[in-house]
Amino acid sequence: MIARFFLAGLDRRVALALIAVLAIGTVVPLLNLMLPASHGLHVPDYMVALIGKYLTFALLALSVDLVWGYCGILSLGHGAFFALGGYAMGMHLMREIGPRGVYGHPVLPDFMVFLNWKELPWYWHGFDQFWFAALMVVLAPGLLAFALGWFAFRSRVTGVYLSIITQAMTFALMLAFFRNDMGFGGNNGLTDFKDLLGFNLQAATTRAGLLAASSLALAFGLLLASAIVGSRLGKVLVALRDSEGRARFLGYQVQRYKLFVFTISAAMAGIAGALYVPQVGIINPGEFSPANSIEAVIWVALGGRGTLVGPLIGAGLVNYLKTYLTAAMPDAWLFALGGLFIFVTLALPRGMLGLLDRKARRPRPAVADPIPKAAE
Amino acid sequence: MSLTGALLYLNDVTVTFDGFRALNGLSLVIEPGEMRAIIGPNGAGKTTMMDVITGKTRADRGEVLFEGARDLTRLDEAEIAELGIGRKFQRPTVFECHSVFDNLLLALKGPRRVWPTLLASLRGAERQRIHEIMEMVRLRGLAAEIAGNLSHGQKQWLEIGMLLAQDPKLMLVDEPVAGMTDAETAATAELLREINHTRSVIVVEHDMAFVRELDVKVSVLHEGSVLAEGSLEHVSADPRVIEVYLGR
Repeated sequence: MIARFFLAGLDRRVALALIAVLAIGTVVPLLNLMLPASHGLHVPDYMVALIGKYLTFALLALSVDLVWGYCGILSLGHGAFFALGGYAMGMHLMREIGPRGVYGHPVLPDFMVFLNWKELPWYWHGFDQFWFAALMVVLAPGLLAFALGWFAFRSRVTGVYLSIITQAMTFALMLAFFRNDMGFGGNNGLTDFKDLLGFNLQAATTRAGLLAASSLALAFGLLLASAIVGSRLGKVLVALRDSEGRARFLGYQVQRYKLFVFTISAAMAGIAGALYVPQVGIINPGEFSPANSIEAVIWVALGGRGTLVGPLIGAGLVNYLKTYLTAAMPDAWLFALGGLFIFVTLALPRGMLGLLDRKARRPRPAVADPIPKAAE
Repeated sequence: MSLTGALLYLNDVTVTFDGFRALNGLSLVIEPGEMRAIIGPNGAGKTTMMDVITGKTRADRGEVLFEGARDLTRLDEAEIAELGIGRKFQRPTVFECHSVFDNLLLALKGPRRVWPTLLASLRGAERQRIHEIMEMVRLRGLAAEIAGNLSHGQKQWLEIGMLLAQDPKLMLVDEPVAGMTDAETAATAELLREINHTRSVIVVEHDMAFVRELDVKVSVLHEGSVLAEGSLEHVSADPRVIEVYLGR
C-alpha cells in the first residue's frame, strides 16, 4: 500500500534524479574518505561541506516548487521555514555543547551566561534530546505554516497578496530573532557547535555522514513530492492552480488542499534547514532575510517550476555560481543574480526543464466528432 | 422554514452591491425534473442569481432552499456542489493544463476530502463512466488531449461533461452557446434536453433561437426580479416584456 503510493507518481525523470541524488550521497563521501588527499579523484573536505549545503538548498527548492509549481502559491517566505528548522537543530547543538562552552556553565549556552541569564527559558527545555529537536524541526515550521495558511486560505487571500504576507512573515521573524531577549542568541545566532549525536562536527567522517544524510533527505523529499504530485490530490492541486473557482464549484474545499501542501512543504523546508546548520556551523537571523526566500524562488524559476527535478538543478547551479562568483568577483554576484532572474523571466518562462517539456509535447490540433450525442 | 416539494425554492431574495440592487425580491421555484430558461436584458440579475444559488454571493435577505430543507445561504461553494448543484460558467472554464480524461476524473462524483484524494486510485468503474461521458459530449478519442488545446465549443462541451460527471440533481448553465456555430448550438440544445431526462436544468441564455429550440418554461428577469413566466410565446406576447427586452 505504502510502496504503491510512493511509486505511483514516479516517472523516468524523477527516478533518474533519485539515482543521481543517492549517487552523490554515496560517491562523494567515499571519494573523500577512502582516497588519499594526493589522489586525483579525492574530494577535498571543503567540497564535501559545499555539496552537502547544496543538497539542503535543493531540498528547500523542492519544497518551494511543491507549493508554487503545483499549487500556484508563490511563497516568498520559505526561507523562514528553513531557518526555523535550522534554529531547532541549532538549539539542540547548543545544548550538546554542555559544560564545554567558553564560560563552562553546565546548562546555559554561552550567550545566556553572557546576558546574565540565570536559568534556561522554558522553550529551550527538551532540546537536549535529539528526538525532541528532530520533532521540532518538523513541527515548528509546520505549525507556523498551518496557522498562517489557515487564516490566509480561509480568507481566500491569493496571488501577490499572499506573497506579500509570506514575505512579511519572514521579515517579522528576522526582526524578532535579532532581539537578544528572544533567547535565540540575537544578532550572533547560535554557533560554536561541538558535536551531534556524539560525533565531532569537525571530523571528516561526520561531515561525510551529514552529506549522506542530506542526500537521503533530499531523495525522500523527492519521492514524497512525486507521490503527492502523481496522486489524485496532485491533480486537484494543479486544477485549483489553473482555475480555483472551477475546483470550488466541483465541490473541492480549496483551502484544505492548499493548507495540506503548504504545511508539508514548510516541514520539508524545516528539515532542509536542520541539515544545513550542522554543515555550515552557524545559524543566525540573517537566514530569515527576505532576500534568501526570494533567492530560493529564483532557483525554482531557473530550473523550471512544476517539474520537481528542475528546482534541484536550479538550486545547484545558482549556488555553484554564487560560490564561484563571490570568490572570484565579489561585486558581480548580485548583478549576476539579478541578471539571471531577468533572463529566466524573459527567455525561459518555464525554466530549463520547462523548455525540454515544451519540445517533447507539442500541442496537436484537437479534432472531435462534430455533433454531441446525448445518451443519458 | 417553509417546506416545499420544489427542488429549488427562492423566496424574496435581495442582493445589494454598493447600493445597487442586483436582485430585488426575486422568487423562483424549480420543480424536480424541470428545465427552465432564464432570459433578461444585461444587468437583470441572471448571473447574480446563479451566484446566490451556488454560494458565491451571499443574499442580504430572503430564502434559498434546496430540496425543501437545505438552506443554501449558509453553505459555501464546495458544500453546495456536494449537495448536487453543478454550475457551468459563462466563459468555458476547464482545467487547461489537465487532459480531457483528468478533467472529467476530477469532476466525477467521488472523494473530495484531502486524505481520500491523496490515496485514491483509478477504478475501472470510473474509467468506464468517463468514457461514457466523453462519448456523450462528443469528445471520444480525446482522452489524452490537453484541455487547453480544445476548440471553444469543445471546451463548452467538456465543461458540460464535467457537470454530468458530478452527477448533480440540478445543473445551472450560463450561456452555453455563446460563441458557438449554428450546428453546435443545435447540438447543445439536443444535449441539454437529453440531460434533462435525468436531472433539472436552469439555462441562462441570450440567444432567442436557442431558447425557442429548448421549448421549455421561461422566466424573464428584469431589474432583479421576475417580470414574467410561462412559455416563450406567452412571455414574448407580454407588453411589459416587450418594453424592457425588445424596447431597448
